[in-house]
Amino acid sequence: MESVHDFIKKVKNGEIDIVEHTYKLIEECKEINKEYNYLNTISEELALNSASEIKIQVKQNKNIKNKKLLGVAVSAKDAICVRDVETTAGSKILQSYRPLFDAFVIQRVKEEGAIIIGKTSQDEFGFGGFSVNVGKGFKIPKNPFDSERSCGGSSGGAAGLTQKLSSHIALGESTGGSIVEPASFCGVYGLCPTYGRVSRYGLIDFSNSMDKIGSMGKTIEDAALLMNVISGYDKKDSTSLNIKNDDYEKYLKKSVKGMKIGIIKEAFGAGVDREAENNVCPGIEELEEEGAKAEEISLELPIKYGIATYYMIAASEASTNLAKFCGMRYGAVEKLEGSFNEYFTKVRSNNFGDEAKRRIMLGTFARMAGYRDAFYLKAMKVRTLMINEYKKAFKKFDALISPTASILPPKFEDIEKLTPLQHYMIDIMTVSPNVAGLPHLNVPVGFEKNLPIGMLLIADHLQEGKLIQLGSAIEKGK
Amino acid sequence: MEVDRKLLEHVAEVARIKLNDGEIKKFLPQLKEILEFFSKLKDINTDNVKPSFQPVELKNAMREDNEGQCLSQDDALSLTEHKKDAYFKGPKAV
Repeated sequence: MESVHDFIKKVKNGEIDIVEHTYKLIEECKEINKEYNYLNTISEELALNSASEIKIQVKQNKNIKNKKLLGVAVSAKDAICVRDVETTAGSKILQSYRPLFDAFVIQRVKEEGAIIIGKTSQDEFGFGGFSVNVGKGFKIPKNPFDSERSCGGSSGGAAGLTQKLSSHIALGESTGGSIVEPASFCGVYGLCPTYGRVSRYGLIDFSNSMDKIGSMGKTIEDAALLMNVISGYDKKDSTSLNIKNDDYEKYLKKSVKGMKIGIIKEAFGAGVDREAENNVCPGIEELEEEGAKAEEISLELPIKYGIATYYMIAASEASTNLAKFCGMRYGAVEKLEGSFNEYFTKVRSNNFGDEAKRRIMLGTFARMAGYRDAFYLKAMKVRTLMINEYKKAFKKFDALISPTASILPPKFEDIEKLTPLQHYMIDIMTVSPNVAGLPHLNVPVGFEKNLPIGMLLIADHLQEGKLIQLGSAIEKGK
Repeated sequence: MEVDRKLLEHVAEVARIKLNDGEIKKFLPQLKEILEFFSKLKDINTDNVKPSFQPVELKNAMREDNEGQCLSQDDALSLTEHKKDAYFKGPKAV
């Protein structure tokens, strides 16, 4: 496969006609979308205009020398604001919303010469792990290897498009595993950074103490390159970390000799599909052959209490964040009649989907007087214990390993049989690193019954480089 | 803790959502099951543990109180049909 650096070189020296290339990619997107529904919006006009500008710049040899993504197609999860392009976060309540500004990450990729090709489909506001909880009137994306199965979620469209489209990198977003889990189901790399590493400015909030924008690519190199472009301090996000940038590409192909990896004991065995485990073990052996040392570690708290802690925090924050959607100023409207409260209630009841309503109610309940201490505050305290347990593990290990998903990508007919709680339980491997704000990476490690399997690597805060180093070693060994 | 129809309707009202009969019948057992599962957090001893409202340590992020650019009135009003005389138009307040 052609590396993105080789592609950029060809764009710069005119070997690739970028307008023609982009036109073909857009046509490919349309064709893929007919069957798989990965894009809520294809931003054809924006993409072709950007390509024409680049073509002129290349001809004049102006402003192109140091562009890290010149001509590279980038998609954005639909929760990320792109100026003048419909941005809905997969919800009917935001249908026809065209932001007046670019999110920080969009501004960054545009500055580096990327071409925004569209907005990828997702669970409404990110509320799900299978991309089946799309908003009213939205289409469900399908697994690229079997269209009767889920592509994972909530960044499902991003993962599926990364697998299917010939050349492209994706901006995903994770609150509880929404980058790595769909990446695992679709057989691509998904890198979720440390909380605060990438600005959330222009991201439609789900749970503001856990939301993180990250990268997805066919190769670890693609994911590292995009992370290099989007990470860094932004004064417009008060939770953005004001620290020195790292160069993630320098970790590619770096030796893993002497690195210590902890295999999470509780993540293998009971409750985990044997088939999901099978391919993770050879991945670990691969790292050992390259000189890393693996040892088992017990992490009881994150595996046993992760789901309850995560959903309590996520629902509480979501219920406050979604309070702003009320049919005023932007987004869906209804006929103006009745009192303020009647109007807001009508807009919200008619336009939110079932899972959004469930989470709003869960979160509202958890924050109500009389229940707040037992639910919301308790979860915040358990989060402290969980972070401490991880920190202790990272004194000994460079990274922790588990399967990314506890099951193979399920069939839609089987998902329909799940209760909401059973649906939540599927996130067991991925919620805890998200609760603790730890960077994590999905590495595709093999196939079972023609469906991809992923390995989850978790590192300490700001140690994304180690994940790339380890992921790159596994990729090399394949 | 008793999660019943009355409590569910109260929570929905606070959250400005009107649930129809079908939704109440569907959501009530689901929310009961979820909250019962979440209650297991009480088994963990959190005496003297401080809550983490953020996963990484963050200090107050303050900015200089300087004038900046903001949206023009036309732009701000461009995203809704409910507007009148350069104002957003809402439902009747009184």
